[in-house]
Amino acid sequence: MSVEQAVVGAPEEDGAKTTPRHVSRSVTLTIGCVLVGVIVIVAVVSLFWVPFAPEDTSGRRLMPPGLPHLLGTDKLGRDLLTQLMIGARIALAAGAGSVLLGGVIGISAGLAAGFATRWLDDVVSALLDILIAFPTLLLAMLVAATQAASLTSAIVAIGLAMSAIVARLTRVLVKRVLAQDFITASRTSGTSWPRVVIEHVLPNIWPTLSVNLALQFGLAVLAEASLSYLGLGAPPPNASWGRMLQEAQASVFIAPVGVIAPGVLIVVLVIGVNLIADGFRDVADPTRRRRR
Amino acid sequence: MSLLEVSGLRVRSGDGRDLISDLSFTVDAGGRFGLIGESGSGKSLTALTIMGLLPPGMTASGSVALDVPGMGRTEIVGAGERLLNRLRGRAVSVVFQEPLTALDPLMRIGHQVAGPLRRIQGLRGRALREAVTAALEEVRLAEPGRIAKAYPHEISGGQRQRVAIAMALACRPALLIADEPTTALDVTVQAEVLALLDGLVSAHSMALLFISHDLAVVSGITDHVLILKDGVAVESGAVLDVVNGPRHPYARELVESARELDAALDRLNAPDGGTR
Repeated sequence: MSVEQAVVGAPEEDGAKTTPRHVSRSVTLTIGCVLVGVIVIVAVVSLFWVPFAPEDTSGRRLMPPGLPHLLGTDKLGRDLLTQLMIGARIALAAGAGSVLLGGVIGISAGLAAGFATRWLDDVVSALLDILIAFPTLLLAMLVAATQAASLTSAIVAIGLAMSAIVARLTRVLVKRVLAQDFITASRTSGTSWPRVVIEHVLPNIWPTLSVNLALQFGLAVLAEASLSYLGLGAPPPNASWGRMLQEAQASVFIAPVGVIAPGVLIVVLVIGVNLIADGFRDVADPTRRRRR
Repeated sequence: MSLLEVSGLRVRSGDGRDLISDLSFTVDAGGRFGLIGESGSGKSLTALTIMGLLPPGMTASGSVALDVPGMGRTEIVGAGERLLNRLRGRAVSVVFQEPLTALDPLMRIGHQVAGPLRRIQGLRGRALREAVTAALEEVRLAEPGRIAKAYPHEISGGQRQRVAIAMALACRPALLIADEPTTALDVTVQAEVLALLDGLVSAHSMALLFISHDLAVVSGITDHVLILKDGVAVESGAVLDVVNGPRHPYARELVESARELDAALDRLNAPDGGTR
């Protein structure tokens, strides 16, 4: 009886066996979306409501979590939850701003280099190598030195550094796609170069590129935190998670929440973005989806 | 009147080697011409030259003239992109060897077939959808609706090659170049695809330039052949003449090996002489 059941059950189990990878992918994507979603919601809410004004220093200094300050206060008596909420906004803006800037510049330069003749390609590649070898922090200090350090200067610095990495990846991807038969095949039916780019090149480099951009988003959040930690990011009273870490580290043994909370949020956002990147690849690339 | 006239064609690589030297042949309107050679003999390069799609660094000299009714006589060597783009797909199109790589892996089949129809014939909306279905039906694809929605990796190799043929024929070119169209396919599928190609080219009275390394296949589908070796034409003429009286040693070798294969098959088939 039990043997018979096992035999009857076998085909179903087989059917189920093809799905775990698929399921785990969508679980990855879901968890990533939830993590990032929570932070996005917090950031949006902070635009309309925060428990205390960000400049409000009326609370006692370094209070532990409780009421009325749910997560306590920092060394100036400002509400920690308020700072964290505003920090979410800054972190997302830094990530999105740098990815937008780095993506637009990087993809354009990469496309140009990918299509360029030999010597122009060599020149662009050499420039990219120099730019990549240049530390982001140094670039940020340069940008900050020409203007005052601000969120914008941080985004510009991170975005420029990112654009070199994106450009190099785009260039390689474009070269690889252009070498494929279907490009020649499409050209034999009279497709012009601009159309080839729109119809074939961009869709074919997008799965890899989008994953990389999502990873870059996470790196940009980290970079902004590092820049702010060094005082090269958004100036006070705009709270940045990186600067909160830096300000709270002196009192880590008295008020640990001040260090733990922004640290955890940075990790949550970066992990969330990475999970989305991982799950997103399968959505963007039909050849990786399960066969019908 | 000849549709394609190649004369004194020479293709040179970036480092100055001659890949094709002094190649001349003509393909008449509605005629069938076979180009035979081993890999590296320059036969695919000839196809690319006719399309004006030589890889960067390579240069062509000599003359490749296309004389398509209604489009006038056009010299391909040295022609600009705009002029070439007008000819591609409508005067000449190509079916490539490897159907998996010749189709965009991330584009649904229907969308790929629609490309030339939309661009060249200006079809939109319902007319376009119907033309795509008709094109897929023409190459005897069962369930054109399902195939149109599929991605290339979701259908079989034979089906992919049929799709490639549908795309090449979509705009009724005067000349179809088939570059080893059956080499990557299973033997049984090869015969089907060849028969299909043969039928469609006749039905639309197109000219066919058939490129292959296989003399047996070429002699079955074309009436004139040219044998290329290392970029040089070693023999050319009517299929019957070349098969019955090859003059060049290389041509003789090709014919003999084809005959040997045939003879071996016949022996196996013979009722008494067969070992199995």
